[in-house]
Amino acid sequence: MIATNETRTIRLESMTRVEGEGGLRIEVRDGSLRDVKVDVFEAPRLFEAFLRGRSIREVPDITARICGICPAAHQMSSVQAIETALGITPSPEIRALRRLLYCGEWIESHALHIYLLQVPDFFGLESALTLGKEQPELVRQGLELKKIGNEIITILGGRSVHPVSVCVGGFWKVPRRHELLELRPRVEWALKASLDTVKFLASLKLPAFSADYECVALSHPREYAINEGAIVSSAGLNIPVRDFEQVFLEEHLAHSTALHTVRAERGSSYLVGPLARVNLNLSHLPPAARQAAEECGITWPCFNPYAGIVARGVEIVMACEESLRLIEAYREPVPAAMEYSFHAGDGCAATEAPRGLLYHRYRMNDQGIVQSARIVPPTCQNYRRIEDDLRLLLPGILDRTDAEIVDACEKLVRNYDPCISCSTHAIKIQMNRS
Amino acid sequence: MSANGKPRIAVFKLASCDGCQLQILNLEDELLAIAGQVEICYFLEARSQILDGPYDIALIEGSVTTEHDLERVRDIRRRSQMVITLGACANTGGIQALRNLQDVDEYTRAIYANPSYIHTLSQSTPVAAHVTVDFAINGCPISKEQLLEVLTSVLIGRAPQLPAHAVCVECKRKGTVCVLVAKGIACLGPVTHAGCGALCPAFNRGCFGCYGPMESAHSESLCQGLATHGISRSEMLQLLNGFTGWAEEFRSAAEKLEKVST
Repeated sequence: MIATNETRTIRLESMTRVEGEGGLRIEVRDGSLRDVKVDVFEAPRLFEAFLRGRSIREVPDITARICGICPAAHQMSSVQAIETALGITPSPEIRALRRLLYCGEWIESHALHIYLLQVPDFFGLESALTLGKEQPELVRQGLELKKIGNEIITILGGRSVHPVSVCVGGFWKVPRRHELLELRPRVEWALKASLDTVKFLASLKLPAFSADYECVALSHPREYAINEGAIVSSAGLNIPVRDFEQVFLEEHLAHSTALHTVRAERGSSYLVGPLARVNLNLSHLPPAARQAAEECGITWPCFNPYAGIVARGVEIVMACEESLRLIEAYREPVPAAMEYSFHAGDGCAATEAPRGLLYHRYRMNDQGIVQSARIVPPTCQNYRRIEDDLRLLLPGILDRTDAEIVDACEKLVRNYDPCISCSTHAIKIQMNRS
Repeated sequence: MSANGKPRIAVFKLASCDGCQLQILNLEDELLAIAGQVEICYFLEARSQILDGPYDIALIEGSVTTEHDLERVRDIRRRSQMVITLGACANTGGIQALRNLQDVDEYTRAIYANPSYIHTLSQSTPVAAHVTVDFAINGCPISKEQLLEVLTSVLIGRAPQLPAHAVCVECKRKGTVCVLVAKGIACLGPVTHAGCGALCPAFNRGCFGCYGPMESAHSESLCQGLATHGISRSEMLQLLNGFTGWAEEFRSAAEKLEKVST
């Protein structure tokens, strides 16, 4: 430690066990916290720019490449935005199949985050690879859950990373009923494993932390919202998706190649993702997930970010339950994709990616060529909230060593399951004390 | 080799979607066994332990789009015995190489309110454009079976056995009806590396080149063939300017098409 009246810089080259690479910059003067920033320097990939001039038919394949962990989420938001512009209403069968695809992605992404990225923190270990030596059954359970999520995506889309079946209007091809039914025993196992997962997560000692979050998520009157709904918040917001850009504002700051999103009217942060969703949509959880949420010892709504891991577990239960229901009720959509013709238009859509609200908007000409694109991933919406959380955490731990401070910050940030690749960008933890 | 005699492996990410390194973690059945056979020294997404080089094997995902990443690939090369690139971005510049055909300043102005904050090179380039690459695994994303084959081969010291034929052959083997011949759908299958299992034609759509062009690709001949099936030039251009569009074979075919169109 260096005396408090000197400038001090602590740098962690890169955060670990997050998707994509990136840092934090913490400034301390005279022993008190001056500023903290999420620094995102990962190379910008400029999707919104090169989507212009491409055919709307190509958009779901291109936007999938924004993120290898949640490609289906980008496919869903993009095709639904284009369908809004073209006035296409997918059949109930297509809608159900999209929900199943999304459930597969939630299972895969949530199991990855819980077991491979975050759980090692609760054991004081540096990775699931190390944890696997001590508790191989625990890690294997997580890997198997993840695998089943990937199997759902693969049967619908050919492969789990960048599936190839999604198109504007529906699917290029849909599975036969007997093919889907083959998944049933696997998903039944996953449902049991997910319930065990919630019990296990409920047994973890969560650090005490509380913040005044405005939780934001889609909400749907008849189901746990994934593909559609109104945008609601714990502060009473209730707007159609088309008003997103009036209510949420993207800011571009010098320390980041990712845009940060804030509430337009007061510049404040908000929270998206599993914790926000469970807080807002608890009553819409299907029975087993609802019961798991109510019996896990957490009082909802919960404003402790460390409980995000439990919310994520509850959502795996939900996704397994929903998958089973959708598989059993499956009827092959005929046609597999709605027919449509090109006309000029502008449309937006928001869906719930594993990490939270994912907004896409496209303007296209009468030849079906994209004229403009706007993509707001969940991690961009959470960056400001992450910084606010760090501002709450840091004053109480500034007497610790650099390594301890950095470790505590990383653990807090991991609650958000940030996907820096989605926000198109790498974090460096850097600390200045003056 | 590490002190315990295990090969030292590092996984790096440049401009990319994370999907290729995710394929390592998607080896759900093999992951713990692999971790027992090698020392994973650097893999930010999977572990907090960071061990310095030199490394026996460096796996690189992503393309070079910034000065910083250019420095990094040179540094990785210096510290690594063997460099293996993973996927379309690392091997061809990836989808973000679409910027190579455009004005990047205009691109950043289109997205960022303060373009002066953004530092990016005018081109997205493959790793091999800057340093020697020992082996390239194709795909967008890579196939985990191919990844496993390459890792296994390297570890036991034999040449990796990867298919040397085109997607077209995979379709024939699977008995998938040719989408081009039967339905007039534009398809890059005849000139694209196998590896995906000919997924897209099995989904009633044309191949769009995830695994990149074959070394022997006759993309121009393919375009002539596509034309006889009524495929428009603009559609061919879109297909060629795709996920591996900056690869020489696709790029030169696209350039020639552009000349004909103007």
